[in-house]
Amino acid sequence: MPRRKENDNGMKNIALHILDLVQNSARAEARLVKISITEDAGKDSYLLSIEDDGKGMEEEVVQKATDPFYTSRTTRKVGLGLPLIQQNAERTGGSFKLSSESGKGTKLVANFIFHHPDRLPLGEMEDVLVLLAVGLPLVRLTYTHTTPLGSYCFDTEVIREIIGDIQDSNLEVRKFLREMIVENLKEIKAEV
Amino acid sequence: MNKIKSLDDLRQLREGMQAKIKLRESGNNSENIVRIKVAMSTCGIASGAKEIMNFLMDELEQKAIEAVVSQTGCMGYCYAEPTIEVTVPGREPIVFGDVDKFRAAEIIEKYIIHNELVDGILPVNYRSIDN
Repeated sequence: MPRRKENDNGMKNIALHILDLVQNSARAEARLVKISITEDAGKDSYLLSIEDDGKGMEEEVVQKATDPFYTSRTTRKVGLGLPLIQQNAERTGGSFKLSSESGKGTKLVANFIFHHPDRLPLGEMEDVLVLLAVGLPLVRLTYTHTTPLGSYCFDTEVIREIIGDIQDSNLEVRKFLREMIVENLKEIKAEV
Repeated sequence: MNKIKSLDDLRQLREGMQAKIKLRESGNNSENIVRIKVAMSTCGIASGAKEIMNFLMDELEQKAIEAVVSQTGCMGYCYAEPTIEVTVPGREPIVFGDVDKFRAAEIIEKYIIHNELVDGILPVNYRSIDN
């Protein structure tokens, strides 16, 4: 019998959603993925946007993409990444929009109601950004987090210019990058 | 208050490590690298693949095992996530399922270092021995 895992599974936070959704961009052969989170408590809005320059989808596929029983994969019959983020946004009373143009790229916008108790926490964004930077060496990833106090931008291109291929990075560099992200997000008082 | 870490600090860190990085680069061309792919799809992520990937990278480095840990998509074993595929030079790739930190440590210690099989192997690349 396999040992069972403790049951705290699921898409528990925004960071995990981002880790998941950027894999879609990577599979669509994107070279640039722009992620942004904009917090605006005054307008009761917490906006997540992910935009890539991948191969995009036909309108027909866009319509089906949020159906949990649709997937472009052949290894399994369900595709839950998009329906889960849609559900998580809509259950705060927010909205979700997916738009795409074949050959140009795809854009996803999820708006969470800022003060709603079901709005997901940010989660370990520093882990996710470092993992994506290490795991997707061909993709340029930018992450911009904006609050009323300011904006922080993490850009893998800038990091790679300094240290070379992040895939070859060591423990010390990864630890540094995580700390840098945490401290900068703290500086603009990003919601955790 | 402490100054927050900036890209300049990263440059300094990099200067200090120049020598070490060179050493790694020269060793990287060989075939003698352990390769691990972590299934990083919705099912894997929801089951904790992020923690496993972090753990594997850090642990392998601490044990000074030359390894590349990368991400892959869903291999179709959603029931057994997190799953990882481990390729040790000279051996067939093996896929392990239900990998938590305990099992990941066991895979490194027993399978990678001492070539002992451990629990949780998924029969994806099973071959009969009659030929």
